[in-house]
Amino acid sequence: MPSIVRWYVKTALLYLALALGMGVWQQTTAWSGALMPAYWHLFLVGWLTQLIFGIALWMLPSYTRQQPRHNETLNWAVYGTLNVGLLLRAVAEPLRAVQKGNAAMWGWVPVVSAILQWLAALGFVVNAWPRVRGPRRPTRGGG
Amino acid sequence: MPRLSIWTIRMSLLYLLAGATIGVFVLADKGIGAYPASWHWFGAHQEFLLFGWLGQFAMGIGYWAFPRYRGNHRGNPTLAGAAVVLLNAGILLVFASTFWGWTSILWGRALESAAALSFACYAWPRIKPTGA
Repeated sequence: MPSIVRWYVKTALLYLALALGMGVWQQTTAWSGALMPAYWHLFLVGWLTQLIFGIALWMLPSYTRQQPRHNETLNWAVYGTLNVGLLLRAVAEPLRAVQKGNAAMWGWVPVVSAILQWLAALGFVVNAWPRVRGPRRPTRGGG
Repeated sequence: MPRLSIWTIRMSLLYLLAGATIGVFVLADKGIGAYPASWHWFGAHQEFLLFGWLGQFAMGIGYWAFPRYRGNHRGNPTLAGAAVVLLNAGILLVFASTFWGWTSILWGRALESAAALSFACYAWPRIKPTGA
């Protein structure tokens, strides 16, 4: 399993534990409502979507023999933007909800987080799209 | 990769982009209150990402990767194809409910349920030991 795939899958496993742990914490705190969006997004984006990104990088048909996972730099950029964006959201959204007096301070963090996660989705789609294809036909003339 | 998987996975990638784009505006509104109208699309954000992206991607990969029958074939594609059509019709009906009211949510959910049943009936016998 290539290095980038291991990073995606192991990070996804950490998010699974984090999300379920947050689910427990949620039941014991007065901030329950403020934690709910972060809980769902840690589970659905951090765990499920990240696991899919990693496994898709590994399993989809190769782009070319030289670049089996298409643009590897873009794959790492997707990993970075997805995780920085998600962590920013997971921290800023509950804090913004409980620190109403400092709402302005936290206001732009969700915007940055949203843009980073959107860029991650776009980067994944751009890289995965040409790999979603049928088998290559042999070239004519035996070449 | 079979044609049905290509269509299904590419559709799921488009739903990922659409759902994430709506999410940008919803989250930005939470932060700076710039896009209050985005909450009107919140149901579509959930629908596109849960069923359009996650659910549909899983179906596309399942059709491609589950163990095949003897002779290297994937069985009757009609049931799997029907599942994909029903799922997308259901998602689009639920999306349209953003504008039309609750009845289309009901019909959309019914189509999504039929899609799930259709795909389960198709995939069930393919979940078997390789070569069996």
